Amino acid sequence: MSLSNTPSSSSPLSNLWLTRPFSERSTRIFLTVLALALAVVTVLHLALPAGHPLHVSSYTVTLLGKYLCYALLAVAVDLVWGYLGILSLGHGAFFALGGYAMGMYLMRQIGDRGVYGDPVLPDFMVFLNWDSLPWFWHGFDMAWFAFLMVMLAPGLLALLFGFLAFRSRVTGVYLSIITQALTFALMLAFFRNEMGFGGNNGLTDFRELLGFDLRSDATRLGLFLASGVALALGYVVCRGIVGSKLGRVCVASRDAEARVRFLGYRVERVQLCVFVVSAMLAGVAGSLYVPQVGIINPSEFSPLFSIEVVVWVALGGRGTLYGAVIGAILVNYAKTVFTGVMPDAWLFALGGLFVVVTVLLPKGIAGLMSRRRKADSETQLKEATP
Amino acid sequence: MRITRCLTLWLLLCALMLALLGSAQAQQDDPGKPLLEALASASYAAKSDAIDAIVASGDSRSRAWLEALNDGKLQQNKQTGQFVVVLANRGRNWPVEDALSGEPLGEMSRRELDRIGINNALRGQLRSTLAVLDLYVDNPDARLQAANDLLGQVDAGMVAPLEAVRDQEPSEAVQERLTEALAIYRLEQGDAQAIEALSGSLHPEARAALNGAAASDDPALAAQAKKALDGIEQTLKINRGFETLYFGLSLGSVLVLAAIGLAITFGVMGVINMAHGELIMLGAYTSWGMQQLLPGQPGLAVILSIPAGFLVAGLAGVAIERCVIQFLKGRPLETLLATFGVSLILQQLVRTLVSPLNRTVITPEWMSGSLVINDALSLTLNRLYVLGFALLVFAGLMLVMRRTRLGLEVRAVTQNRAMARSMGIRATRVDMLTFGLGAGVAGLAGVALAQLTNVGPNLGQSYIIDSFMVVVFGGVGNLWGTLVAGMSLGVINQVLEPWAGAVLAKIIVLVFIILFIQKRPRGLFPQKGRAAEG
Repeated sequence: MSLSNTPSSSSPLSNLWLTRPFSERSTRIFLTVLALALAVVTVLHLALPAGHPLHVSSYTVTLLGKYLCYALLAVAVDLVWGYLGILSLGHGAFFALGGYAMGMYLMRQIGDRGVYGDPVLPDFMVFLNWDSLPWFWHGFDMAWFAFLMVMLAPGLLALLFGFLAFRSRVTGVYLSIITQALTFALMLAFFRNEMGFGGNNGLTDFRELLGFDLRSDATRLGLFLASGVALALGYVVCRGIVGSKLGRVCVASRDAEARVRFLGYRVERVQLCVFVVSAMLAGVAGSLYVPQVGIINPSEFSPLFSIEVVVWVALGGRGTLYGAVIGAILVNYAKTVFTGVMPDAWLFALGGLFVVVTVLLPKGIAGLMSRRRKADSETQLKEATP
Repeated sequence: MRITRCLTLWLLLCALMLALLGSAQAQQDDPGKPLLEALASASYAAKSDAIDAIVASGDSRSRAWLEALNDGKLQQNKQTGQFVVVLANRGRNWPVEDALSGEPLGEMSRRELDRIGINNALRGQLRSTLAVLDLYVDNPDARLQAANDLLGQVDAGMVAPLEAVRDQEPSEAVQERLTEALAIYRLEQGDAQAIEALSGSLHPEARAALNGAAASDDPALAAQAKKALDGIEQTLKINRGFETLYFGLSLGSVLVLAAIGLAITFGVMGVINMAHGELIMLGAYTSWGMQQLLPGQPGLAVILSIPAGFLVAGLAGVAIERCVIQFLKGRPLETLLATFGVSLILQQLVRTLVSPLNRTVITPEWMSGSLVINDALSLTLNRLYVLGFALLVFAGLMLVMRRTRLGLEVRAVTQNRAMARSMGIRATRVDMLTFGLGAGVAGLAGVALAQLTNVGPNLGQSYIIDSFMVVVFGGVGNLWGTLVAGMSLGVINQVLEPWAGAVLAKIIVLVFIILFIQKRPRGLFPQKGRAAEG
């Protein structure tokens, strides 16, 4: 998409929507911080001996990798909620679908090393007395196909769902509730053994990814770094969309949908396009999440998880993208601490967070930071003009 | 096990007899004495006649005598000729009691006693006689039960007495049952005439007999039986249809109860209350708590928990409105998130304060059991009560909204807040009361649900999505829509269940609603006019 109408564009790079974000200050800061964090963790993990107080264990590396996947998911949610005004309570479904696509590939990689030693069928199918692979499992032995499906499966679901929903102008609260029903229905479906996705237990016992042993520290570090790179790419893509003309139509339709429609834009197409991109990003996040935690089961579809993602974004500050990353990492760090120290208190804390953020912090942490900056500049102004 | 049961029955009968007879004086000219003496005669033919004579006498003790005789426990003292019933025939000395008066006589040595012997023929006679004996009692329900037990149990020896009983039976229902029982026996003997009597029966025994006849070698009999079976199958299908409808309506009533409070808060006020499910849960826990307060009186507890559940949930609702929702006016998505947080807190609160485990609420006696329509169709009473309760709550809510000052104010504020306020309506107070009302109705739903399922911290969660679906499907802001939508979703779910399974049926319904919303975004009964624009 060309951006010839942006007056500030001077260098040829800023004419491309994907390279434009690199000229933004906030994106540069974000990418620098992310790169620094990745580098520091890698160095601390590799260079220091295991007993050293600053050593980052491979458990922590995986945990941080998990946070990065969550952050990418939060960025995807923020793209549709913050800029499109669509509160999706079903993004966990796209995340889980991406995860399942990766899980299916990992299952096929186990080969004949499963408990039952069947060269083709995963263990749970042997256990259920299935004699052949269901049609939708074919092709997942090839990495390129699986990685394609990681994006395609959630993308197609979002395309179908979004097409139906946006065409009939289901928006606002209705859409939120329907997305929640969607993920709830998918959860019920995936819980069934007959669906062929491992039912209640999901997919687990993974061994290797692209030939790398999933249990080795090097692979874990690699996955952590891959998650970081995916987050950076996802962030840049979202930033690119947001800064483009498409992004401006998004924001406009968030604030005054009817007016944008009267101006001649096909709002439903804009919404559909961004919604599908967001779902694909969520799928990628899920696919990187699964090899790190080593299991994917239907509970990832639970409405609670999807709505939790929304509160990460709300805490960080919707409509900022970097806020979503901050929110995701903060809340999940708090969750790790709380569930370790006092597991009972976690739901109180999470529930309280929902209330406090919506009532007292409508703009989230990012809003706090920018308010402070604004206040600073105002006092500077005052000082400058006696 | 059986012996103990016999013994208890026996003791009860004895106590009764004691009360009846009063004194041992009456024993001298007891009419039962010659009957028992006849039993003690040597010939088995005479004993058989004596059994018939006992039955014909209609003596209230006859059942106990015949059972004791059957068990070999009716014995005679060798010296005195006194008839006794042995209570336990183990060891050397047996506890006995007088067969006529029922007085306990302490222990007697087994050598002192002489057993009144019976042979196999007599045993058969006794068995059928005992089966028929219950048909002589005065209580028609007990007679019907006895006749029911006879289905498929009739043998050759019972036919004649049963026919005699049937002809003098005053109750038609019992008569019909006896005819059926006899017809089953005759059909088993290959009597084609019996098929007609069975063609209207829905009892599984009758169907089993007909199935047996349909597989017989006699082609005419088989064809006739098959025809009768087809007829029965047809009736059964209709009955099954009714049963599905009943279960569907029952599920629908639960959905309506759960959704109707939401229809007020979401539909009328436009507030998305994700904590609605937890308000239902609070109502259910109130019901449980009331039972803990009133142990042994489940009926009273249920009745009291209706207002209590309304109050508890309603007050919780008012608190939520005051503390959270009023600050989020006009920001529906934020309201959704905040109330979701409240729901998490409430769940964890119950887990911490009560227990993470499920609790059971006892169903009072007048609500348990079922209403038997016919052999193939019986309606469980507790579901029937919940169905009635749902309709009552609906009607009550309708009245409040249409006929009271509060309802008028609520409608005014909904339609035009600014104008209502300028007319002197305190909009914030109306908001609070409306939300309290919706929450209170959720509490009522919880009280009803406690009668159907276990009460646990996750109770509400499982209803919240369904409730929203009902409200959205029915059309926001329309109570009638909620009723129709809830009932129809319940029935659809139950109709789908037999061939799709419970989980798949639920998924199909969800997908159906999602598609339906695409077609009609404002539900079954959309609001029209200015109110719809907001």
